Amino acid sequence: MTNEAIKEFVSNALPSATFDESGEFFTIQIEAVQWRPLARLLHSAPYNFDYLFCLTCVDWKTHFTNVYHLTSTDHRRAIVVKAKVDRNDPLIETVSDIWKTAEFHEREVFDLFGVRFKNHPDLRRLILTDDFEGYPLRKDFEDAVNMIKL
Amino acid sequence: MYSLHAITDSIQNWLSVRFSPLWVLIIESLIVIVLAIALFAVLGLVLVWLERKVAAHMQIRLGPNRLGPAGIFQTSADTLKLILKEGLTPDGADKLLFNFAPFIVMIVAMLALAPIAFANGFQIWDVNIGVLYVSAVSSLSVIGILIAGWASNNKYSLLGAMRSGAQIVSYELSAGLSILTIVVLTGSLQISDIVHAQQNGWWLFKGHIPVIIAFVIFLIAATAETNRAPFDLAEAESELTAGFHTEYSGMKFALFFLAEYINIFIVCAIGATLFLGGWMPFHIGDWTQFNHVMDYIPSSIWFFGKTFFLIFLIMWFRWTFPRLRVDQLLTLEWKYLLPISLFNLLLVTVIAIMNWHF
Amino acid sequence: MYTETQIISNSNDELVVNVGPQHPATHGVLHLVITLQGETIKKVEPHLGYIHRSIEKMCESLTYRQFIYASSRMDYLSAHINNHACALAVEKGMQIEVPQRAQYIRVIMDELTRIASHELWWGAMAMDLGAFTPFFYAFREREKITDIMEETCGARLTMNYMVPGGVMTDIHPDFQKKVKEFIELFKSKIDEYDELVTGNIIFQNRTKGVGYLSKADAISYGCTGAVARGSGVSCDIRKLYPYDIYDKVVFDEILETEGDSFARYMVRMREMRESVKIIEQLIDNIPEGEHQAKTKAVLKLPKGDFYTRVETARGELGVYIVSEGATTPYRIKFRSPGFSNLSALDQMARGGKIGDLMATMGTLDLVIPDIDR
Repeated sequence: MTNEAIKEFVSNALPSATFDESGEFFTIQIEAVQWRPLARLLHSAPYNFDYLFCLTCVDWKTHFTNVYHLTSTDHRRAIVVKAKVDRNDPLIETVSDIWKTAEFHEREVFDLFGVRFKNHPDLRRLILTDDFEGYPLRKDFEDAVNMIKL
Repeated sequence: MYSLHAITDSIQNWLSVRFSPLWVLIIESLIVIVLAIALFAVLGLVLVWLERKVAAHMQIRLGPNRLGPAGIFQTSADTLKLILKEGLTPDGADKLLFNFAPFIVMIVAMLALAPIAFANGFQIWDVNIGVLYVSAVSSLSVIGILIAGWASNNKYSLLGAMRSGAQIVSYELSAGLSILTIVVLTGSLQISDIVHAQQNGWWLFKGHIPVIIAFVIFLIAATAETNRAPFDLAEAESELTAGFHTEYSGMKFALFFLAEYINIFIVCAIGATLFLGGWMPFHIGDWTQFNHVMDYIPSSIWFFGKTFFLIFLIMWFRWTFPRLRVDQLLTLEWKYLLPISLFNLLLVTVIAIMNWHF
Repeated sequence: MYTETQIISNSNDELVVNVGPQHPATHGVLHLVITLQGETIKKVEPHLGYIHRSIEKMCESLTYRQFIYASSRMDYLSAHINNHACALAVEKGMQIEVPQRAQYIRVIMDELTRIASHELWWGAMAMDLGAFTPFFYAFREREKITDIMEETCGARLTMNYMVPGGVMTDIHPDFQKKVKEFIELFKSKIDEYDELVTGNIIFQNRTKGVGYLSKADAISYGCTGAVARGSGVSCDIRKLYPYDIYDKVVFDEILETEGDSFARYMVRMREMRESVKIIEQLIDNIPEGEHQAKTKAVLKLPKGDFYTRVETARGELGVYIVSEGATTPYRIKFRSPGFSNLSALDQMARGGKIGDLMATMGTLDLVIPDIDR
């Protein structure tokens, strides 16, 4: 299973996806709406990326990038999917039914970044209180009391 | 053999010369009440201290060692602290029952003390149904626990109380059946009769293997009845925080705590009386010389020695075993202990009828 | 966090109980809302955040030398291994060659930390099941490790011994002697642990067949560490993606296939013996040389993203750094093992009794600051 093979496999399904091989892992860059079909594709045969070991989000001030680290326990190979999410209306479909661990991780991302996950079974704040305002891991988050500017 | 009959009789005679029979009864009752309460206080303090010391030495530490020699006054200081603490009653609690429950548990523990023979001729009430009385009264303590759990209006308490109810009611059966084996062998329910029947050897040694089995079952059931680990599901601190006494504080909590230790003392005293001869010294059949030497040790020392040995065993269990799960607890009783005790009782009955015991 | 219906019992004979945030079995401030029917668990819902310090946000304003020490405060029981992960991430980004001596010291320290962490887990796990004495036995030996740590690192819990490029100071002259003494002592003590707890019939009844997690579920929930290995998922980072000198030492990846609490328990017990094996291979062969590579005073990671993972005592810790080429990271994500493992708790505890929940939680080896971060 080479990078080329995955590239071809993904390109066939999603012609607009771009690839990045400079980093440690092979990276697929897509738009938010393409994520769920791609997730289904990657999770099933022949690659069986059945292990979502990291799910997080990065705030680029202009947009968000949801980063999914996937491994295949059969092939022992990791890839990264970066999905671009609109910052003004952060919405992406959930993958919690594909990888069950995503349910928790998506709640965390929702809590700290405010990215909403469509069809998530239980999208509530996980860490902060329900009445908390703002999303602390966004770059423009201000907290006069608890944050010290260095 | 030393006997305390002389002392008790002389008090009786001294009083009856001076007072009318009614007053004699009242004064004697007062003396007994004072003695019983003093015994309670001392027992509670000593047992708590003992438990902490036993636990400490099993856990490679020293335990209380600051207040008095070997920390003997530590429990007194703790009790003082508990007395001074505010006794909180939660808002949603049923106030009457909530405050009443610790006293029920305490009174039951006190009542069960009545027929126990502490030494030769030193017994509060030698009733002819002594054993029956003790097993009847000691099972009442579950009512206090149930009331405590229900009145606290706390889910942990309720769960703990329900567990305790199921547990005590179940283990009452095998405890009762193992007690019955000795009753069958002795032919009497009276404590003094049972003790005297062991003049030529304790039942544990005279009664062959069935009595040993009964003794083991009795120990297990006694541990369960007193809600101690590995059967401490009513408290189960890692599951139910503190079980039925979660909401109790100050002296009300101390009463539960004290009652637990008094109950341990009572079940161990009963066990010692039934299986290990109570205050009866260690006698072997007709070895008169040996028996005579043994008689030089006072009977109260024999009684307390045996009782504290059993108490030590029960403490040993607590600091060694993990806790059972609630369904495993009931399985153990209904599927294993109860059938074994029933069959064992049958065996003992055969032994008693055929006079096969020594 | 609550709604009225959660606090009041439901109409269909269900009882909702709040376990925690202050509860003896949650080992910290974890809050579980469990729905019970009698004693049987219908649902477990974790509520987090009682000790959330937003370490990820803090790290965004800390330099690459400083942020390592924030990670000690996540999983404080394997603080050293957390530091290791962060140091590795910086070294990977800067392409710093770590001297052999430092690598040996790091791995020995990692394994000592692992033993210390597993020992604490073992004691706490037994305490969850109602046995108190093992806790003290475990601490007796753990104390020896913290003494060794104190001598060399100057701290007992949050060691902060790692720097990018090596370790902060050289080892104490007595280090090798003390570690060897400890290893000799510890070998006999593990057998004692087995005698006291593992072989106990009550303990086995309480853990066997309890908290079952199938292999497929373990993968789907992203479980790592002993939780996944107890279900037969091979996931030891030290074997799969060796870092430092783990590829030069001989040890086995422990796998159990039953997937119940007892399997997870056995994985950790056997892992302690493996750790002893690793330390034995290394302790006499620490090469002479520098303990730290020469690095620039100000570290700047090149633009890009870096993901490093290490095997902590609880499972895989991932450090994901997004760098913009500045002196501080643009974004850091700590993929903590406890967080993913906790998400499987509901699946494992459903249908069991309350006592089973505690037995299961004990084998998950949860450290709450690790979950909340």
